[in-house]
Parts: sequence; C-alpha cells; structure tokens
Amino acid sequence: MASALINVPPRARRGEIIEIKTLISHTMETGFRRTQLGALIPRDIIRRFVCTYNGTEVFRAELHPAISANPFIVFSTVAVESGTVEFHWTGDNGFAVTQSAPILVE
Amino acid sequence: MQRRTSRREFLRAAGGAAAGLGLGSIVAVTPARATPAEMQEAIRRVVGAAPINPGRVKLDLPPLIENGNAVPLTVDVASPMTGADHVRAIHVFTQKNPQPNVVSFHLGPRAGRARVATRVRLADSQTVVAICELSDGSFWSDRADVVVTLAACLEDGI
Repeated sequence: MASALINVPPRARRGEIIEIKTLISHTMETGFRRTQLGALIPRDIIRRFVCTYNGTEVFRAELHPAISANPFIVFSTVAVESGTVEFHWTGDNGFAVTQSAPILVE
Repeated sequence: MQRRTSRREFLRAAGGAAAGLGLGSIVAVTPARATPAEMQEAIRRVVGAAPINPGRVKLDLPPLIENGNAVPLTVDVASPMTGADHVRAIHVFTQKNPQPNVVSFHLGPRAGRARVATRVRLADSQTVVAICELSDGSFWSDRADVVVTLAACLEDGI
C-alpha cells in the first residue's frame, strides 16, 4: 500500500493563496528498463493526480514516465471556505489512493 | 614477436575507433540542437496550429544536473489568475527522453497563483520546453538547456 504525504496549512485567511505539497511513494517504473536477462520491465506509473476542494476540482495533472519515482507535486490554491481538500492518485495496475486534509478558513 | 605486433595493431585500431567515436559524437550533437521532430509533433498534438509565443513563462531547472533521476522543475507563469485571465494548462516536453511528454498540469482561477513544481527524469543533456495555455487561447513557452552527468532510465533494473 502506498503511503502519501501531504502538506496543507491547517488554517488560512479567506482569499489567501495557500501552497500545497504532495508526495506519494511509488516506483514509477518507466517501461523502458530491462532486467539483466533482457526482458522489458512492464510500465507501472501513476497516470493522474487530481485535487478537489470541497468537491470542486482545483488542480489536475497527467503524469508520464518522465516523472521521478515517488512523485512530488507542488501547486497552490485559494482558501475560499473551511472544509476538506482531497487528493486522488490513479495509475496502472489499478493503482488508486485517496487522501484528504482538513482546512479551517477564518 | 607475433603477439607484440598483434597488440600494437590492436591498440592502434582501438585508438582509431576511439577517435572515430569522438568524431561521431561531435557530429551527432550538432543536429540535436535543432528541435527533434518527435517533440515538435507532441507539442503540435497539444497546441494544434496555434502560434507559440516566447515569454510570460519561466521554466526553472538547474543548468547542471548530477543525477537525472530526480531533477527539480518549477514552472512559473506571469498571470493574474482571475476568471477572465488565467492559465488553463502547463505542459512540459523534452527532446531526448524516450517519450517527449513529461507532465501536463491543469489549473484554473482557483489556483490563485500559476506556479507548479515537481521532480522529473532526464535521460540526457537536452532542451526542456514548457508551454502554457492561457484562458484566451494563446500559448506561451520557455525553454531551458540542461547538462546531465548521470542519465536516468539507462541503468539496468532488478
């Protein structure tokens, strides 16, 4: 099971731009590498990352094999209301992880 | 006597081969500066026929990269990020990786600031291109030339 680290400020002023950092453990096997016997190692990557803020999508990324192992993504959003920020990673071989973080907007 | 001659011949041949390789790599490097067709194709698939203007985007990569497996990459776009004028998407492409696409970010006015960062793999010394799409449909780009000493993707697995 993959583990994800997310960094969302727990509280923010209304209208403030907050920076969100996410890190998830995943090998991001490119599908271009070979074993010592010459067999191609099949691709196994995270294809998609979506961030929703109280159910509304605020950020989305499509990842390709050129993203490093343990994908690290930094982006920002405007703190509009208190609630939950949710993160979804989906990828090859049925990979799906969801994490959420609460945010208090004053 | 016979052995010595063969060794000398071998060394001479090896030296010649090395010189040939060196010359070959110089010859190979020159045309690579021109944008390879595959990356152009990948860019056109995203952009369509629209013109791509230089400016507004800032692609930040270290110029000298020791390890191509995890290269910090930051894209910053000068945009007010309002409902009427914001960045819709940011795409990153490379010339010499096995695939030209690296990542596509989709943003909107809710982002507040058009600045994203991640870590990428780079297979070789090459040019990396970032293209952003604004809400008015225009495309802007920036490029960065990087030197990679340890390439990603080349080491053997398991």
